[in-house]
Amino acid sequence: MNIVVLVKQVPDSGSERKLDSSDNTVARASADNVINEMDEYAIEEALTVKESQGGEVTVLTVGPGSATDAIRKALSMGADKAVHVTDDAVHGSCAVQTSAVIAAALQQLEYDLVLCGAESTDGQVSVMPALLSERLGIPHLSGARKLTVEGTTVRVERQTDGGYWMLESSLPAIVSTWDTINEPRYPSFKGIMAAKKKPVETKSLADLGVDPASVGLATATSRVLDFAGRPPKGEGVKVADEGDGAEKLVGYLAAQKLV
Amino acid sequence: MDADVFDQVRAAVRQLVREVVLPREEEIDRHDRVPEELRGAAADMGLFGYALPEEFGGLGVTMVEDVQLAFEFGYTTPAFRSLFGTNNGIAGQVIAKFGSDEQKKTYLPRLAAGELIGSFALTEAEAGSDPAGLRTSARRDGDGWVIAGGKRYITNAPIADLFVVFARSDPAAAGGRGISSFVVDASLPGVSVGPHDRKMGQSGAWTAEVFFDDVRVDGDALVGEEGRGYAKALTVLSRGRLHVAALCVGMAQRVLDESVAYAATAKQGGAPIGRFQLVQAMLADMHAELIAGRSMVLDVARRYDSGEDTSVGPSAAKLWCSEMVGRATDRAVQVHGGLGYLRTTPVERFYRDARLYRLYEGTSEVQKVIIGGSLLREAGMPR
Ligand SMILES: Cc1cc2nc3c(=O)[nH]c(=O)nc-3n(C[C@H](O)[C@H](O)[C@H](O)COP(=O)(O)OP(=O)(O)OC[C@H]3O[C@@H](n4cnc5c(N)ncnc54)[C@H](O)[C@@H]3O)c2cc1C
Repeated sequence: MNIVVLVKQVPDSGSERKLDSSDNTVARASADNVINEMDEYAIEEALTVKESQGGEVTVLTVGPGSATDAIRKALSMGADKAVHVTDDAVHGSCAVQTSAVIAAALQQLEYDLVLCGAESTDGQVSVMPALLSERLGIPHLSGARKLTVEGTTVRVERQTDGGYWMLESSLPAIVSTWDTINEPRYPSFKGIMAAKKKPVETKSLADLGVDPASVGLATATSRVLDFAGRPPKGEGVKVADEGDGAEKLVGYLAAQKLV
Repeated sequence: MDADVFDQVRAAVRQLVREVVLPREEEIDRHDRVPEELRGAAADMGLFGYALPEEFGGLGVTMVEDVQLAFEFGYTTPAFRSLFGTNNGIAGQVIAKFGSDEQKKTYLPRLAAGELIGSFALTEAEAGSDPAGLRTSARRDGDGWVIAGGKRYITNAPIADLFVVFARSDPAAAGGRGISSFVVDASLPGVSVGPHDRKMGQSGAWTAEVFFDDVRVDGDALVGEEGRGYAKALTVLSRGRLHVAALCVGMAQRVLDESVAYAATAKQGGAPIGRFQLVQAMLADMHAELIAGRSMVLDVARRYDSGEDTSVGPSAAKLWCSEMVGRATDRAVQVHGGLGYLRTTPVERFYRDARLYRLYEGTSEVQKVIIGGSLLREAGMPR
């Protein structure tokens, strides 16, 4: 079983995140960069499948040189090897363009199962697995809260607000996972030491046969035109209970159309 | 270790401490017990052996690396660190530094994996600050030994699988001479452990009395040379002191963070108490002393690794940082006002936890005696 996990390095959602004022793209250089939280669940799931079925877990990331930190984290959790696509021309690419790069990289790999997080905390576009499914011509099982592989069949419980769907497809397939699917392991010291020796292959757009002019901000299908900071939180409303506290609370909620 | 690899090790420890242990501190204090899952998580990460040699399954950290991990451990309840503290520290180091190849092969991999817990049994009823006066005896019996005596305040004794025991093997020799060290399996006939002590703080970290009632051990239980045990104890205690100093720095950082967060939000007269300059002064004193402590620990660790100073420096760091965290936790309670005196407020717990650091692995007075004595010896003062 060859499993490829898509991993993205993103600015830490717990710290202040900024857009670069020169071109309105995510300011990655100044940010506190971490592995996209949702991706850790995909890695964990890949490792779990590998542990029961055997095989190999490859991490694939498209990102600047500093994205090696995210790769190291994935390798220290237990992934076997990594492919890092890095090329200055990719800067500012939209999801559609990035999907072409990832698809090209995937086509150079052998895979039965592609796993990824259901969204990244920076762009939150959440379309990458669908775009890849289209480009690669493989089924897309989205939003998994549970995954099982049996022979060449993958079964997934897709989490929805009202319950869950049971999906099934043949492999190869792409599955995106939610954070309800498992509890990602912490890297062990042994894993961290071993990660140092695992192969990381760096590829440029030329290596993938992707035309640099087809990606990047200049030809992106979408771009950020302008942005403004979120207004500061208001002080809130204090309800003093003079025997009618409950009524006042309900009144407030009703006025906000919350009840 | 390469700097970038160590950064990942530290990041992993920080994540575990802050995401997994910290939310359960209060529960650990209340139940006086570290949950089994946390022991499992520590073992999975490799925490039981980070200071043991790499060839035996550890990480073989330098002291500069050790103290940086201790800064992280110090940020949460000391009970967590205490679980694996004796394996990496006082007990494990005796075997790693002075044990035979056979002893290392037998014990270190299982200590590093967290399968075995080792305890360090030196202190006795009338031999605490002056352990050279210990009375537990080891008498030759054929090709083995028979150990008899009692130890007290022994960390991890209730969960220990083995004890590194210091006993007098030569009754004729006075003081530090004539003391040997032994590895004693906790399951041997004659070994018994008392109920775990009820303490002021550091709940969840257990200590107890240990009794050796004519415990017969084989000849290969002796660690290192006969009669040289005391020097070994002093060597590992010195390393342990530097580690404790770093734990104090971690705790000082925590109570400062708690205090800043509280002062920035808690209000009096409609404004945050942080607006009062006398409150700011407490935070400023805590901060200044904290960074002094951190710098001191890192500098002493560098000199320890280079071999320049493996004794006075660690004593000085332990003395200063344990006193510093005493002041820090006291100020933290003060910043919190009445809330700081209530159970369930973290700084109230740290105030109690911190008190131990001035007592164990050598009291503050003992550190002063070591430092002062050493300075004067170097100056050639006659004994
Ligand atoms: C929670 C806890 C965990 C511990 N864990 C371990 C462990 O795992 N293994 C182990 O072997 N021990 C352990 N100890 C023992 C600890 O190291 C001793 O308690 C400590 O060294 C002090 O010895 P004592 O209690 O006998 O006090 P004493 O030595 O009786 O000290 C009483 C007072 O006399 C002062 N004093 C003593 N001698 C001098 C001197 N020469 N000059 C000036 N003042 C002096 C002391 O500073 C102190 O103020 C632990 C203790 C505690 C409380």
